[in-house]
Amino acid sequence: MGKKLLIDKVDIPGIETLEVYRRNGGYKALDKALKTLKPEQIVEEVKTSGLRGRGGAGFPTGMKWSFLAKPEGVARYVVCNADESEPGTFKDRYLMERIPHLLIEGMIISAYALGAKTSYIYIRGEYFYLYRILEKAIREAYDSGLLGKNIMNSGFDCDLYMHIGAGAYICGEETALLESLEGKRGNPRIKPPFPAVAGLYGCPTVVNNVETIAAVVPIVQMGGAEYAQIGIGKSTGTKLISASGHINKPGVYEVEMGLPVEEFIFSDEYCGGMKNGKKLKAVVAGGSSVPILPAELILKTASGEPRLMSYESLADGGFATGTMLGSGGFIVMDEDTSIVKNLWNFTRFYHHESCGQCSPCREGTGWMEKILHKILHGEGSLKDIDLLWDIQSKIDGKTICPLGDAASWPVASAIRHFRHEFEEYVRNGSRIKDIKHYYRLNNLPAPAYA
Amino acid sequence: MSEKNKYEFSEETMNVASSIIRRYPEEKKKSALIPLLHLAQAEFDGWLSPGAMDYVASLLELQPIEVYEVASFYSMFNLKPVGKCVIEVCRTSSCWLMGAEDVIKHIERRLNIHAGETTSDGMFTLKTVECLGSCGTAPMLQCGGDFYENLTLEKVDQLLDTMKTQNRRRVYTQDDKIELA
Repeated sequence: MGKKLLIDKVDIPGIETLEVYRRNGGYKALDKALKTLKPEQIVEEVKTSGLRGRGGAGFPTGMKWSFLAKPEGVARYVVCNADESEPGTFKDRYLMERIPHLLIEGMIISAYALGAKTSYIYIRGEYFYLYRILEKAIREAYDSGLLGKNIMNSGFDCDLYMHIGAGAYICGEETALLESLEGKRGNPRIKPPFPAVAGLYGCPTVVNNVETIAAVVPIVQMGGAEYAQIGIGKSTGTKLISASGHINKPGVYEVEMGLPVEEFIFSDEYCGGMKNGKKLKAVVAGGSSVPILPAELILKTASGEPRLMSYESLADGGFATGTMLGSGGFIVMDEDTSIVKNLWNFTRFYHHESCGQCSPCREGTGWMEKILHKILHGEGSLKDIDLLWDIQSKIDGKTICPLGDAASWPVASAIRHFRHEFEEYVRNGSRIKDIKHYYRLNNLPAPAYA
Repeated sequence: MSEKNKYEFSEETMNVASSIIRRYPEEKKKSALIPLLHLAQAEFDGWLSPGAMDYVASLLELQPIEVYEVASFYSMFNLKPVGKCVIEVCRTSSCWLMGAEDVIKHIERRLNIHAGETTSDGMFTLKTVECLGSCGTAPMLQCGGDFYENLTLEKVDQLLDTMKTQNRRRVYTQDDKIELA
């Protein structure tokens, strides 16, 4: 049984209320922070803990915090990124729904550590019901003196507000999120300057994922050094994994970094094995953006070591034979899954979600979707597979924000590991088609070859 | 409702709008744009007409174009009239793996419309949407602010029947979930 730090209390009845949360040790970390720690000491604790951003990029949180500019007389902001939209990821939703005060406590501690008087939680529009849950929890916190003026008689003032989005994957990118929070289209900004220098309203800003902010609570409580003992190597602490697809027990699991992937998929404590006794074919381990791996490479690295749930182990072998931990969106596919069709599904997603700012992404995602669609329906040629490879290579690394990379990696990895399947579709795809339905679904005029 | 004040928030909505505007610095009122567009969409028949957007522009002292360009960027804002119940079925990977296509086809057949269309009685609009963060409880659909998960075709039928009987508009800003057997 691995260690749990974030969702160990979610099953306590009433834990979503302030009263029950406090009765179970809630807001003790805030009390400790305000009464015994200076803001810079908290930043040090977070650095020592080795905590890395849980939204997908895995950047060291303490380092991000220490980059925050502190010019005199200029407001600073802490913004929580609750725009969870990476396909396959639903851990932040689970955390906010089940134990909203953990996020709020983490937000107040972070605001104190970074000297922010105002903080925002930017939540995706589709999570309106969570917006209501968090608004209620924030109201409770204000009423008990945990937010507002002179919090817990410490002299620290902090306001925390919810902000609702309106349906745009791109707003999970931190500068697009800030644009959106300023009431604009979610077009990512060119960096530098980074948000730490010029973020919300041009002021120094830290943007962190929900799970990252929540992890600050146990770090303050136990101390950074003790937190760093949990996990493996540079992957410290625990990670929430959203497990979905063809498994017996889909859901959110908190795993200690270093858990073998094989145990995660097959043990009853986690995913409970493959649904209907089917064979494992492939896994997307960290949300739709990360490279897909075939069964043999997700269970063991190319050098034959057991693959572990950690930033390093999942990335072992680079993109040739490895993948990324990403957001922890763990999508499991059984032997009957069409990799080509799944890739088309992903690519359609990126095409739909591209903000349109950079040509390689705006045009490239559309071309990839069209070519995949053609291949899928038996109209493709072997050259199309190479063309697909060529297009993805011309998006990767050539856009303002990582959405372009995220759109190219699934394509590259699917061709790298499952080229035979694309060739099979080139030869026999016409027998697998229901093309007219696709055009109806997408409100498109059917082309001549349909 | 007279034509003159067709686009004017009720007193209750105006109070909510004012409290939202106060969350941002005085000179950064524009930040309230997306939350206010949600309020406008909920109050003015589920969609944002040019008149509704102009009204929001006037509340925030913005040029209308600043509102139009934002409203057209975000997928939750409807720029055309919609049915009372907008059925949004997730079509992305995990939901697709678990049978979202069957759910979409089933609803299309039952309502006799294609995705993107509205039934002739103005009751339902069917939309397909990208990942709603319900991958572990797939397949799923959203209607108004509510998630309906682990769908079966029977559950979908029950949902559509109940919505039709209740015959009321469902909006994001409200919690109006139907309990399914």
